[in-house]
Amino acid sequence: MPARDYTGVALAVAFVLFVAAGFFLPSWAVSLAIVSLARGIVALGLLVQFRSGLVSFGQALFFAIGGYAVGLASLKLRVTDMILLPLIGAAAATLLGAALGFLMRRYRTIFFAMLSLGFSMLFYGLLVKTETLGSTDGFNVPTPTVFGSRLSALATRTLLYDLTVVASAGVALAVHWYLGTILGRLDAALRDNEVRVEYLGYAPARAIHVQYVLGAALAGAAGALTAMAVGHIDPTMAYWTTSGELVFITILSGTGSVFAPFVGSLVFSLIQTYALQYAPSIWQMILGVALLAIILYLPGGLWSALERRRARA
Amino acid sequence: MGSRPGTMGPPSGGMSAPGVMGSPVLEVRRLTKLFDQVVAARDIDVSIAAEEVVSIIGANGAGKTTFVNLVTGYAHPSAGSIRFRGQELVGLRPRDITRLGVGRSFQVPQVFSTLSVRDNLLIAHGLAETGRRAGLSVLASRDRVAACEKLLSIYRIDAYRDRAAAVVPQGVRKLLDIAMATAREATLLFLDEPTSGIATEEKFAVMDIVMAALAERKATVVFIEHDIDIVERYGTRVVAFHEGRILADGPANAVLDDARVREHVTGQRRA
Repeated sequence: MPARDYTGVALAVAFVLFVAAGFFLPSWAVSLAIVSLARGIVALGLLVQFRSGLVSFGQALFFAIGGYAVGLASLKLRVTDMILLPLIGAAAATLLGAALGFLMRRYRTIFFAMLSLGFSMLFYGLLVKTETLGSTDGFNVPTPTVFGSRLSALATRTLLYDLTVVASAGVALAVHWYLGTILGRLDAALRDNEVRVEYLGYAPARAIHVQYVLGAALAGAAGALTAMAVGHIDPTMAYWTTSGELVFITILSGTGSVFAPFVGSLVFSLIQTYALQYAPSIWQMILGVALLAIILYLPGGLWSALERRRARA
Repeated sequence: MGSRPGTMGPPSGGMSAPGVMGSPVLEVRRLTKLFDQVVAARDIDVSIAAEEVVSIIGANGAGKTTFVNLVTGYAHPSAGSIRFRGQELVGLRPRDITRLGVGRSFQVPQVFSTLSVRDNLLIAHGLAETGRRAGLSVLASRDRVAACEKLLSIYRIDAYRDRAAAVVPQGVRKLLDIAMATAREATLLFLDEPTSGIATEEKFAVMDIVMAALAERKATVVFIEHDIDIVERYGTRVVAFHEGRILADGPANAVLDDARVREHVTGQRRA
């Protein structure tokens, strides 16, 4: 029998700690935490794909869709509700992911990665050329409201942080449950042998489609949270460097647990922030060296280091 | 699923193999497969009755695996028909055919190499549950774990339960592959060289386990085999392939004594 699963308990503890920390953290750290948890949500979707041996190098597409859905919904539809907007972002990304998934499910390995990259760059190109969406400058997103009322900047930020923590814990729990289901447990099976999956009576492409839509939904919600936190959206959300960062985070994190993407994302944000602050001219090199070190010494990601330690104990 | 009425005619006279009574489980008619200029299968006619144990023999390239690939939907025939319990299989995909109750094991075991032996079986059982919602039920449910434990002991691979499929002995991997193929309550099983890559002294033990397990389920079995001792012992009926055609089809002794089979398939070993 496998060891008892404490993920739910650990998530609850982490949730309480994060919410409590929200009251003490300085404003810049709260913003950093929102953005970094949001990126963790995207990486969580990538984790599911990674476990099947697929790398989407265009997850920024859905991230940007989520962001622009929030921007358009608040400006054109006057929907500014903080809770509603991430749902709109996720829904928009889900629809697009479901549609593109019919094509994506036919590809694997580098072709999957390049096709996803292609779609995201297509969207980037579209955004850059669209004057009404502010072209390369993008546009500002109005401050979100809570149940119809406008709160102070500080209160809004704190509530957005709490919402992001709730969302992170919620999706982590959901994905953890998903990974234990038949469909979720197919991940390594798909990576190992699609022929056997087919000969067990199941369509491998269907499982991959489901994963792709899941990843899109998470990225869409995260893009929406990020847009609200930053208060501004522009086409770089869809640019390939954004996708690259998200893949970077997923490699840095490892795929051993639903906690990993959030740990990895926080570490990534810290490296990025401090590298920018203390070595503005070589901060990208520092990130590169960090990635190289992970690949060479911790190919299973940061999470594998924690696991190894626990196994030894 | 379900057989359409009126499509299950009696086995056509003359071509039917000895021992076929009533409506066959599998009925193959004029099955032909051309790969460019190469004829991989030509006008194959064969009927297999319920609970028969048929051994397919033939030299390398005779079309044995092609035959299995055609029946299980991995390759599509150029012409001909394949009926399983009256239903046409030509045009269906492997997963559709699997769902109808046709299982298959492979010459090179097709298992999930990084997963443990037990998890391989769990996934096979999980996927065997049809229905839209089934994919989102917890895989390691009590019932499913119990069913897998039972299979592990039937196939005598329980000692390897927690080892990754990539690192267990070839014989265990072969047995696992076959056990997975039976997960969907398959009633017709194709075993592609179940004893290849297994040490000679273990072959009989492996076949004993497999044949006992399949007999218990009242499954119809078609196995490809090179080892004539295995063929003689387990195959009540033998179908000999040569250059994409059926050279001989009948009771094991008759086929193995056939002059043309001895010339093209078995060599002069039985002289």
